Amino acid sequence: MSSYHLNYLEQLEAESIHIFREIAAQFERPALLFSGGKDSITLVQLAKKAFAPGKIPFPLVHIDTGHNFEEALQYRDWLAKEVGATLIVRKVEDTIKQRNLTEPKGKFASRNWLQTYTLLDTIEEFKFDACIGGARRDEEKARAKERIFSVRDDFGQWDPKLQRPELWNIYNGRIHKGENVRVFPISNWTELDVWNYIKTEAIPLPSIYFSHEREVIVHEGQLIAVSPFVTIEPNDIILKKMVRYRTVGDMTCTAAVESLATTLDEVVDEIKATRISERGETRIDDRVTEAAMEDRKKGGYF
Amino acid sequence: MDILRFITAGSVDDGKSTLIGRLLYDSKSILADQLEAIEKSTKNKANGEIDLALLTDGLRAEREQGITIDVAYRYFTTPRRKFIIADAPGHVQYTRNMITGASNASLIIVLIDARQGVVEQTRRHSIIASLLRIPHVVVAINKMDLVDFSKEVYDQIVADYSEVARQLNLKDITYIPMSALQGDNIVDASAKTPWYQGKPLLEFLETIELSKDVNLEDPRFQVQYVIRPQTEDLHDYRGYAGKVISGIYKKGDKVLVLPQQIETTISKLEIAGVETDEIFAPQSAVIHLQDDIDISRGDSIVRVDNVPQTATEMEVLLCWLDDKPLQTGNKYLLQHNSRLVKAMVRNLEYKLDVNTLQRQPVEGSVKLNEVVKATIKTAAPLVFDHYEQLSGNGSAILVDETSNSTVAAVLLS
Repeated sequence: MSSYHLNYLEQLEAESIHIFREIAAQFERPALLFSGGKDSITLVQLAKKAFAPGKIPFPLVHIDTGHNFEEALQYRDWLAKEVGATLIVRKVEDTIKQRNLTEPKGKFASRNWLQTYTLLDTIEEFKFDACIGGARRDEEKARAKERIFSVRDDFGQWDPKLQRPELWNIYNGRIHKGENVRVFPISNWTELDVWNYIKTEAIPLPSIYFSHEREVIVHEGQLIAVSPFVTIEPNDIILKKMVRYRTVGDMTCTAAVESLATTLDEVVDEIKATRISERGETRIDDRVTEAAMEDRKKGGYF
Repeated sequence: MDILRFITAGSVDDGKSTLIGRLLYDSKSILADQLEAIEKSTKNKANGEIDLALLTDGLRAEREQGITIDVAYRYFTTPRRKFIIADAPGHVQYTRNMITGASNASLIIVLIDARQGVVEQTRRHSIIASLLRIPHVVVAINKMDLVDFSKEVYDQIVADYSEVARQLNLKDITYIPMSALQGDNIVDASAKTPWYQGKPLLEFLETIELSKDVNLEDPRFQVQYVIRPQTEDLHDYRGYAGKVISGIYKKGDKVLVLPQQIETTISKLEIAGVETDEIFAPQSAVIHLQDDIDISRGDSIVRVDNVPQTATEMEVLLCWLDDKPLQTGNKYLLQHNSRLVKAMVRNLEYKLDVNTLQRQPVEGSVKLNEVVKATIKTAAPLVFDHYEQLSGNGSAILVDETSNSTVAAVLLS
């Protein structure tokens, strides 16, 4: 093997850095949508590398549902300071008040869907023309068909039938006023690729990705953290378990995994051995309907 | 471990979905909950086996409207390699879909139904593979179970396809007899084809040599973005960020900035902020030059002893991808990697029939899925290579300035 050879993670990294530089060059006001999850943490690492030694030339934007894990919020603030990026936080709570929206009801009342309102308002407020997201095509079948540069209309809607052909490594980010583009630099990464990259790069993660003790209830086989945002009913049994999170979203729609893994090596080994998909194991919201993601994307979701 | 990107060409009838499903299933890329969902959908099947084709089932919008959206990407990994499949449907809008999916592929699997042999569709897919210069071709002769794993049938198809390949000048072709449905010659060598000495499909995909596909001979680099931090400690920093399209660059190399035609020397090279002595394809890197030159996005940096063409008029093969036909008098934007210039299409020389490869006179407009030979005139010079010789620096797209759509794939020559 010649020394002029990139391993698969280096190839993926080179492709993503290329995409980041295209974004910075083609758009006036890009923003990186940051959730505190491992995928957006990976995005920040790639953006850092793409523009080094300069700073990341766009802000990190967090659409805060108010249902976050405290550890993820602390990490978010730390990371923004660490990379010297501007952090913009907009709260779903405020959107609900301003727009007189109805809070979702139920045991796991999730504001996940309402995020779309806050996101579109934030895009409008800052006139963002490109929003960078950490979606991966291996996650789900609607995403498998979405472009790396995904053009959205004035309402943020994705129309799968009107996608631009995306050829070679040439990205066409031209848009009309009012439209914006969602860009997914890690489209071609799988969950395991992200974990392996985090391990190789020794990227620090929020503590909830590692084993810790937590009070949970068991709901349809999934472990849900006890929190003020989840309705605990009399017949719920609260257990103390050693858990970690495989993905980090809202406390209302993210399930924990029983685990004793306390290091990245141990976590990656567990992910390799698992026989259940990331969404299947940890996302409560996707189990509602088979086409849940397709519907949300068409409605302007990430 | 590296990455193999491949495209599967064929229709549902050829067993394409079953083949992809089989690869995902047998490489254990399908997890328990995903399998459970498939099993639910398969409950009507009498034999109790799961329907592997459902693993690549589309969106609800597709099912409701009976359409298929161009390309879906699938992923699987074995201990040897990561695989990215561009899954392009064979029927509807075939040329557009295939070109989109094939543009990044280094291998194509052409599926042939053993009962049907080489048909028009086989020919069409192979023509596109040949136009786009996909380096490796696997001819998957599928549904061998339906012809009793007959060596005669297999030999006949190999003979027929060899003739197609000869006409199209396709190189590196591998024939594999298989049954995607029953798993013969997919992961393990099948006992039913003792006459077949080659590798099963997955092993072949895992072991095919890819390092030679990367051109390390001709250094090509286009500036994507200029990094100028303009902070106190970095106020003199000016780095040209871009991807090494091909070749190797070393610190101290004498280079030419094009189209300006200015000679200078590489003073420093960086990858992700870390200094290095050399950079190579396909790395994303930063180049520093000795002299202060006005360089912006889209400019090329090449070695003085290995220079591509610079021109404002060039012959091209255009694959039209838009519902609106080509208007020869109109101005379009041509995007060549990161370089954007105004362009006009002139002299439509001939139309290429993608089913027969015959050249026909262009009568009327150029419509969706049609391929034409033409001349393009650009408002500013392009620095490029022949697509056939160096595809990474010989490909471009046309963008309609009024709709912003990507309307054509352009192969430069």
